[in-house]
Amino acid sequence: MIDREQVLHVAKLARLRLSEEEVERMSEELSTILEHVERINELDLEGVEPTSHVIDVENVLRPDEPRPCLPREVALANAPDATDEGFRVPSPGG
Amino acid sequence: MSEDVVALSAAQAAERVRAGELSARELFEVYRDRSASDELGVYLWVAEEAPEVVSDAPLGGVPLAVKDLFCTKDVPSTSGSRILAGYTPPYTATAVENLVRAGAAMVGKTNMDEFAMGSSNENSAYGPVRNPWDTSRVPGGSSGGSAAAVAAGLAPWAIGTDTGGSIRQPAALCGIVGLKPTYGSVSRYGMIAFASSLDQCGPLTRDVTDAALLYRHMVGRDDCDSTSLQHPEEIRLPSSESLEGLRFGVPPALLGEGIEPGVREVFDATVARVEELGGLVEEVDLPSATHGLSAYYVIAPAEASANLARYDGVRYGLRSGNGDLTSMYEETRHDGFGAEVKRRIMIGTYALSSGYYDAYYGRAQRVRTKIAEDFREAFERVDLILTPTSPTVAFELGARTKDPLAMYMSDFLTVPMSLAGLPAISIPGGLSDGLPVGIQLAGPAFSENRIMEAAYALEQSIGFEGVPR
Amino acid sequence: MTDFEPVIGLEIHVQLKTRTKMFCGCELSFGAPPNTHTCPVCLGHPGTLPVTNAEAVHFGLMIAMALDCTVAPRSIFHRKNYFYPDLPKGYQISQYDIPLGREGRLGDVRIHRVHLEEDAAKLVHAGSSGRMHTAEASVVDFNRGGTPLVEIVSEPDIRTAHQAGDWLRLLRATLKRIGVSDVNMEEGSLRCDANISIRPAGDSNFGVKTELKNMNSFRFIERGIEAEVARQESILRDGGQVVQETLHFDPSTGAITSLRSKEEAHDYRYFPEPDLVPIAPTEAMLERAREALPELPAARAERFERDLGLTAGTAKLLAFRGELGDFFEDALGADGQVEPATLANWVTVELVPRLGDADPQESKVEPRALARLVELVSAKTISQSAGKTVLDVLAAEGGDPERIVQERSLAMAGGDELEGIVERALEANPKAVEELKGGKAKAIGAIVGFAMRETKGRADGGEVNRIVREKLGL
Repeated sequence: MIDREQVLHVAKLARLRLSEEEVERMSEELSTILEHVERINELDLEGVEPTSHVIDVENVLRPDEPRPCLPREVALANAPDATDEGFRVPSPGG
Repeated sequence: MSEDVVALSAAQAAERVRAGELSARELFEVYRDRSASDELGVYLWVAEEAPEVVSDAPLGGVPLAVKDLFCTKDVPSTSGSRILAGYTPPYTATAVENLVRAGAAMVGKTNMDEFAMGSSNENSAYGPVRNPWDTSRVPGGSSGGSAAAVAAGLAPWAIGTDTGGSIRQPAALCGIVGLKPTYGSVSRYGMIAFASSLDQCGPLTRDVTDAALLYRHMVGRDDCDSTSLQHPEEIRLPSSESLEGLRFGVPPALLGEGIEPGVREVFDATVARVEELGGLVEEVDLPSATHGLSAYYVIAPAEASANLARYDGVRYGLRSGNGDLTSMYEETRHDGFGAEVKRRIMIGTYALSSGYYDAYYGRAQRVRTKIAEDFREAFERVDLILTPTSPTVAFELGARTKDPLAMYMSDFLTVPMSLAGLPAISIPGGLSDGLPVGIQLAGPAFSENRIMEAAYALEQSIGFEGVPR
Repeated sequence: MTDFEPVIGLEIHVQLKTRTKMFCGCELSFGAPPNTHTCPVCLGHPGTLPVTNAEAVHFGLMIAMALDCTVAPRSIFHRKNYFYPDLPKGYQISQYDIPLGREGRLGDVRIHRVHLEEDAAKLVHAGSSGRMHTAEASVVDFNRGGTPLVEIVSEPDIRTAHQAGDWLRLLRATLKRIGVSDVNMEEGSLRCDANISIRPAGDSNFGVKTELKNMNSFRFIERGIEAEVARQESILRDGGQVVQETLHFDPSTGAITSLRSKEEAHDYRYFPEPDLVPIAPTEAMLERAREALPELPAARAERFERDLGLTAGTAKLLAFRGELGDFFEDALGADGQVEPATLANWVTVELVPRLGDADPQESKVEPRALARLVELVSAKTISQSAGKTVLDVLAAEGGDPERIVQERSLAMAGGDELEGIVERALEANPKAVEELKGGKAKAIGAIVGFAMRETKGRADGGEVNRIVREKLGL
């Protein structure tokens, strides 16, 4: 069961404001989903290694050779708020 | 003339262009005009001009619909999300580049569930897509736009992406062919990530030959994707008419409750047909596969919660907020993400958070190992595994939007292959109450040629007709 | 009153001197205009993927080996999730439970782990001139974002601020010597955090630790640690308790302030990075890293002391500044006659002040020339002070010491010339002559002084003494 406090805590971690109504709904829905997900507890997983990757390769490395960078105006083109030189953001702690 | 052209499969159209019997430009214009009058909500962007194509290129300038999840340079790429409204990437996805180099002409970007999260295409920030078989029904998702475009003749073929079934399920619901290739065989570079260890792009086409032709020009190891692999085989155009000697496994574990009777009927008929064509059918045990969905709904949201952290209002896309940093993050993401995306970010964040990692993410990764082992063992006995693609036919718009879990069940039969990184195709097996039923054929890693040969033989025998036009 | 013992561990971030970034092909830049060294990957554009820089892995292996770590047969990257405007993907790719190297040692301090990661971008305060905002604004420059970093974490084996400084100097010298980083603290290519706790002397349990962040010079690190140890002591002596927190030391005021995070305790939600594959160093990769390692400063200092008879201080000075050590060894090799300890003194006492921080290899002084000069002084062909004059000339113009001696007539005065001068000195100093004859040996000073003045320092005191005694029949 995911209670309201947990919903708010997780939303904070995810930097997601939830409306009052979303908080309510989320608490219910997450509980249902997680209940279903918890069926994996039925399986005996003793000694089973986790798989984070299905492909079995190692050491995919790139030679240390420069590739072209973006022109600055292209880098900044999609920014919602930019100066001539960079991406403007509210100051942390400001 | 235009209707004749539209009746051609993509491979046929490409052949005609290459033989000088058809103008690539005219072909493009026919499809562009059809796309521009799209009433299904398929397209989010349609090209104005035909791109320059070398006429003897293998794909002959045949128009291609591209899921809006692929980044395309200077062309809007939104992944169906409001948070990327107006975003025009500074680069193009490798898979798209490969196809363009082979002579494909991008005609439009197709609608999709936001960030590929959904099985009905109702989660798009830009409105739903309708199923051309019955416009009151969903086309499936998340590649719903691509599937509906191909089914409705708004594109000769399309590419989509499949994380837990997002190519196969809409292909099934729209009565077309959809191939989810082996994980790593097509570069993910430029595919807007949903769940990185599962995402894989593939073709959505009218027939198996088109799927093979398109896939042939998508594959390849890419220096920009560390997880991409060279396909060990040349991709062949299928020609087999028989299934002689092929062993097919049917997993009872996946065929229990939840499969609609109409779907079950078509599936049973297909099994009979397989045997008629010389195939050997036996039951295979996939004991952990039933837990695939549970594992999937931990792993995919967990990876997604990190993949979607970059949408913060700093470098591109939407920004909201009242001017302080926390509000920039929280409001941008509140306004920019839809309900399903928020739900998955929440599940994923929770599953990774301190104190819960082992119980959820850690366990899910172990289930994944078990599922992969199940398949490995099964493929020691059989060549291919046969299941329905979706437990149901296309459902009514709105039928499952209030019940996330019911929606998630749509992927019950496709998710296990995704977790194991295996290739699987969905082909139309027949109709149930006038709606298409998809049949899924899965094989070991890199067995696309085998899968498509078998699918082709079945396709020839089934003789499925597309949407009545 | 209880005596407290500080327990200190250091966490060091080293920017690697590769050509390109950790996970993309953007060239590293220092001082380039903002946001001119970026690409879709390091800007965290949708759909982009990281690809690991082979040279960064190579440098990481070199560092792990130089610090005597066990190299992991298979290490993986994780995502460390948090939000900050300088972090374009919303997570940092770093290593977590399986780092590249672990359980090493440098000098008297054990190494806990060595791992690879990517640097954050730079946030520049921009005042409140924003178009959209009335609040304070910053501007993000992504040039630095994605620079390869190695994080080195020591075990809490350090007991004093001074030891921390010394050890960090050794670490810096080691990293510089192996050529993997500029290790410039002011420019941020070497950054250091300290974990500090104190406990009653003799106690084996650890106290509550605080983390002192980002001190950008050796002096600040030592002062910061001293200040924090003192702060913790006074808390405990007053019966209080140290709170685990992250702190900032302000070197201008000496004040320590808490960097309170506004959010609840960090929950980084680490999980394996699905976009990357494991690093499993092959024998060839290990061999290449091993072969790239030169003799390390600690070993070199030991060799200088043991084989060449240098004092510990001089040996360290030469070994920790590798370029000085190199110059010294070149000079030693160029002239088989020169005595190592004497030569070392000339390098550290005379040459260094003349060159400052400059690399002697790039100065006008040839190693062979310095060796020859030291040889001339030792053979008393020229005096010590004439030697210094020759070095001035060498430093300014370069050249051959013997020719300089000749051209400037700096050779030791001797023979008839010196005898004549001594005679004149005796005549000019009758009082000193009397005293000498009376057995007052000190009086010779006046005579020697006269001779030095006359020869402009080219006289050898011992030789003057001998002539005086001979002339006076003493």
